[in-house]
Amino acid sequence: MTHTLGRPDFDLITAWIEPGDRVLDLGCGDGTLLRHLIDTRGVHGWGVEIDDANILAAIRNGINVIQGNLERPLDEFADQGFDHVVLSRTLQTVRHTEGILREMLRVGREAVVSFPNFAYWKNLRSVLDGRMPVSEDLPYQWYDSPNVRFFTLLDFEALCDKMGLVIRERHVLDEEGNLVEDEVNFLGSLAVYRLTLNR
Amino acid sequence: MSGQSVGVVAAQRAHFDQPLQLRSGGVLPAYDLVYETYGTLNAAKSNAILVCHALSGNHHIAGHYADDPQNVGWWDNIVGPGRPLDTDKFFIVGLNNLGGCHGSTGPSSPNPATGKTWGADFPMVAVIDWVHAQAHLADLLGIDSWAAIMGGSLGGMQALRWSITYPERVRNAIVIAAAPRLSAQNIAFNDVARQAILTDPDFHGGHFYEHGTRPVRGLRLARMLGHITYLSDDQMGEKFGRELRNEALSYHFGVEFEVESYLRYQGDKFASYFDANTYLLMTKALDYFDPAREHNGNLTATMARSTAGFLIISFSTDWRFSPARSKEMVAALLANGRNVSYADISLNFGHDSFLMHDAHYHDVIDAYLRKIKL
Repeated sequence: MTHTLGRPDFDLITAWIEPGDRVLDLGCGDGTLLRHLIDTRGVHGWGVEIDDANILAAIRNGINVIQGNLERPLDEFADQGFDHVVLSRTLQTVRHTEGILREMLRVGREAVVSFPNFAYWKNLRSVLDGRMPVSEDLPYQWYDSPNVRFFTLLDFEALCDKMGLVIRERHVLDEEGNLVEDEVNFLGSLAVYRLTLNR
Repeated sequence: MSGQSVGVVAAQRAHFDQPLQLRSGGVLPAYDLVYETYGTLNAAKSNAILVCHALSGNHHIAGHYADDPQNVGWWDNIVGPGRPLDTDKFFIVGLNNLGGCHGSTGPSSPNPATGKTWGADFPMVAVIDWVHAQAHLADLLGIDSWAAIMGGSLGGMQALRWSITYPERVRNAIVIAAAPRLSAQNIAFNDVARQAILTDPDFHGGHFYEHGTRPVRGLRLARMLGHITYLSDDQMGEKFGRELRNEALSYHFGVEFEVESYLRYQGDKFASYFDANTYLLMTKALDYFDPAREHNGNLTATMARSTAGFLIISFSTDWRFSPARSKEMVAALLANGRNVSYADISLNFGHDSFLMHDAHYHDVIDAYLRKIKL
């Protein structure tokens, strides 16, 4: 199965976004997802990035990008200014997990979050074999990983429950990007969620 | 540094006979603007970039004069073929603002009503007055809409003001090391600088020209103070530390530390050519600048008029116009759903960073300008 820009979660995220929506992509990298959403969905998009090289790459991509740190409040962004706030494969790199999730739903109507599942069976097997997992969705060695939070689908859903966040939709993918329907916490390598506040 | 210099340039002069109504209530019956251009205006007249100068700048942005090759423009490192403000692609315009002392009508020009030098009688000018005058220059050059208006510090404030006052004439604004209004601390620094000039016995209430003198001491102090605020503590530490001019302490009030030598040199150099009345006017224009005042301090409401795309740049070590001040403009633009990018550049030169050549800083501007549709 081929995926947009080699990122299976991008296809799912794209499908959730309506033409003309206002989209904020936190940790937007070089702006690839926003570029795709602008080109295919005609969204009005902005990204947030901390890294100088990515700021430059996003501007080269013609993307609105704001240099900022996701560990701090998103003070430049007003309440409910966006239809969708995307955090793609970035939540595991942020220390202030609850802070960023709250900020997403302060500035946006809906949060879209994707992250690698540490309970994926290959990851578990790797740990049982005595080594930290390295996989398609966790492509780093333990000593050079940007990841600072290690959690599973069940962990994330328990946090959403605790924070009163409503899971509107969830898709789980294996390492090849195929949808996983059963035993998702064991068979899923990457999860994508749509969240809103409880109301 | 990549790219090339624009080479030999020449200043031009435009005369305007239409009176200019000023924000302060005054009127300039007629005025001259001195300007320079680099590159070629294309047939569609869609490739023009206006570069606005800061407190002590002028129209000589880039290149050098045939008869004065040492006099290189103040932002030469960013203008020229292959540089971010690429003269193979863009038509660059720089001018000396009203009230200046580099050829445009200002306090050191003759007052047509009296035949004497304007001096202290020159009316107070505001950023919006400069913008109106710049718009008349644009009319003269046949430029309906600027591809971009760009500036650092007070120059960035002019770009911001343009986007609010003439939204249909600005397609992009590049606002560097600026703020939507000065802080109390900034106004305080400006007032100390002004007091140094105003209390200089050679100031003569601003009419020193008739006395054949200049308030050199006040101007020198003003510049020394300003200079400290343009640099970062770290940079001064690295550049000068506690280095002494001579080997041992000599226990007098002459120059002992290298930093003293540097500041005095900068002060003397500046005081030898800059006009004290211009310095007063420019600092007041800074203090008065506050476009959000028109909406009870609500910058978001003020910026609703602006339709330009924005690139906003701050510098990590700039404490005179800190990154937080740039973020105020970013927030106002975001709240209006405008196209805006913001980069906070790590550079060690404080407020003066905007004039420095740094590969990442210049790459960001280059990347932004390359995406502009002409």
